[in-house]
Amino acid sequence: MTERERRILPICLAAFIAAALLPLADDGYWLALGISVVMYTTLATSWALFSGPTHYISLATAAFFGVGMYTVGAWVGLLPFPVLVLIAGLLGAALAAVVGLATLRLSGVYFVIFTLGLAELARQVVSWVQTTMGTSSGLYVLTDITEPIIYWSLLALAAVIYLIGWRIGRSRLGFALRIIGNDEVVAVHCGIGTARAKVILFVVSGCLAAVIGAIMAPRFAYVTPTQAFSPMLSFQVVIMALLGGAHRLWGPLLGVIPFTIVLDLIAANFPNQTALLLGGAFLLIVYFIPNGVAGLIENGLRRGRSRA
Amino acid sequence: MTGGAPALAVRDVTKAFSGLVAVDAMTFDLAENEVMGLIGPNGSGKTTMINLISGAFGPNSGSIQLYGDDIAGASATAIARKGIARTFQIVRILPSLTVLENVAAGGVFGHRRRWGRELEEEARHLLDKVGLEVSGGAPVSALTYIDQKRVELARALIGDPRVLLLDEWLAGLNPTELKTGIALIEALRGEGRTILIVEHVMHAIRSLCDRCVVMNSGAKIAEGTPAEVLADKEVIRAYLGDDDA
Ligand SMILES: Nc1ncnc2c1ncn2[C@@H]1O[C@H](COP(=O)(O)OP(=O)(O)O)[C@@H](O)[C@H]1O
Ligand SMILES: [Mg+2]
Repeated sequence: MTERERRILPICLAAFIAAALLPLADDGYWLALGISVVMYTTLATSWALFSGPTHYISLATAAFFGVGMYTVGAWVGLLPFPVLVLIAGLLGAALAAVVGLATLRLSGVYFVIFTLGLAELARQVVSWVQTTMGTSSGLYVLTDITEPIIYWSLLALAAVIYLIGWRIGRSRLGFALRIIGNDEVVAVHCGIGTARAKVILFVVSGCLAAVIGAIMAPRFAYVTPTQAFSPMLSFQVVIMALLGGAHRLWGPLLGVIPFTIVLDLIAANFPNQTALLLGGAFLLIVYFIPNGVAGLIENGLRRGRSRA
Repeated sequence: MTGGAPALAVRDVTKAFSGLVAVDAMTFDLAENEVMGLIGPNGSGKTTMINLISGAFGPNSGSIQLYGDDIAGASATAIARKGIARTFQIVRILPSLTVLENVAAGGVFGHRRRWGRELEEEARHLLDKVGLEVSGGAPVSALTYIDQKRVELARALIGDPRVLLLDEWLAGLNPTELKTGIALIEALRGEGRTILIVEHVMHAIRSLCDRCVVMNSGAKIAEGTPAEVLADKEVIRAYLGDDDA
C-alpha cells in the first residue's frame, strides 16, 4: 500500500459505514434511491474495470444482468438464494468468456454492435423459450428478501468490486490492460497476450454484472425479458461511467450519483422523454467532458498544484 | 544449445499485399553479435521485412529462424517472448503512461521479465543508459522527438532481447542528435548485442554495420560490407533511379 492509499483508506471505510447505515434511517424513498445508486455504482464500476483501460465500449451489460436475474427467476424456491447468486455469476462469466473469445479480436465498432446485439438476442431467446415452453411472459420471484438486505448485499459487492479493481490496478494484468488501451501494436510487441488479458477482464466484468442482476431480482416480484434485458440499462451504465470517468476506479461513482438523481427527476416529470434526454446527456458528456468528472477533478488539482 | 545456428536465418521469405509483392524471396543471415544494415530506397520493403521478423504479420512463404527455432508466422506476442524486440519507424509511445512506465512496458511480459522494484530499477538504469535526463514520472507526451525515440529504445532493451530490430531509429534527428544516436547504437554493439538496423543515413551505416543487405522492390540486390554494397552498380542505380545510371 502506498502512503496515499493509507491516508485514503480510513475515509473510504467511514463513507462505507455511513452508507451502510442508510436503511436504518429510512426505508422508503431514500432507500429506493440508495439501491439505485449502489446498483449503478457496482454496474458502472465493473463495466469500467474492462472498458476503462481497453476503451472497448461494451453494451452487453443488460445481457449479463438479465442472465443473473433470470437465473434467480428460474430456480428461486428450488435452491437457496446465495447459491443462485453464485450460479448467476458462473453463467455470466461463461457467457462473457464465449462472447469475449468470439468478439474481442474485432475492432471497436464491430464490438460495440455485437455486444448490443447480444443483449437483444438474449432477450429474444428468453422470450421465445418462455412463450413456447411455458405459458406466461415472465417469472415470479417471490422471496422473503427485503429491500435493506438487497441494499446491503449490493454494498458488500461494491466493496468487493473496489478491492478487485484495486488489486488489478497493481497487477501485471492491470499494467497489460493499460498498455493495450494505449497501443495494441506496442502491446503485442512487448509480449502481451492481448486476447487473453481482454477476455479475463471481460469475464470478471460480465460475472459481476450477472451477480448484480441476481441480487436485484427479488426486488421485482415478477421479471420479464423486456425488463431484465433492457438495452436502456446498458446505455445508462456506459453514460454514468463516462460521465464520472472510466479511467479511474473511483470515477464511475462520481457519474452515478448525479446521474441517478437527475434520472429519477426526469423519470418522475418527463416519463415519455427519458430516452431522448438520456441520448442528449450522452452527447454532451462525450463532447464536453471526455475524461469525465474524474478528469475535471484531476485537471483542477494539477492546475492548483502548479499555481501553488 | 544454439549449436552455431545464426541468430536470425531468413530463407526465401515472400510477402504480398493484395498483388503487390512487398518482400520477394528474401534470404539472409544475421550472426550473433553482428550489427547488420538493411538498406534500400523508400518502398523497397524494409519495414515489411521487420514486420515479418517481429511477427506483425506472417509471410506468404519462406522460413525465418531465431537460433534455429522457426518463428515465421508466429504471433508477435510469441516472437517478442522468444527474444526479438523492435522499435517503429514512426515512433510509438504510450501517451497516458509515464516515461518510466513506457520503458517498463517492455520488461514485464516479454523475453526477460521483471516486476516491482527490480523492474523499476532496471527501467531507471535504461533511461540513464539511453541518455534521457528527465524524471521517470514525467508524462511521456511532453518529451521531444529524440527523447521519445530514446524511450522506445529503452523499452526494446529492457526485455534483454536476443535480436534487436531498429527501423530508421536515427531518422528525423538533427546533426547533434544524430551523433549521440550513433554513439548510443555503437555502445549497444560494444555490449555484443545482435542488431538489424534499417537506415537511410549513410555515414551511420558505414560506421555501425559489419555487413549490409540491400533491398529493391522487395528483393535482395546486394549483400556485403558497407563499402562493398555502396560501391555496387546495381545499388547505385536503385538509389538514383534508372535515368541517372
Ligand atoms: N500493411 C500494408 N498493406 C499494404 N501495403 C503495404 C503494407 N505495408 C507495406 N506495404 C507496401 O509494401 C511496400 C513496401 O513498403 P515498406 O516495407 O514500408 O518499405 P520501406 O520500409 O522499405 O520504405 C510499399 O509499396 C508499401 O506501400
Ligand atoms: Mg520503412
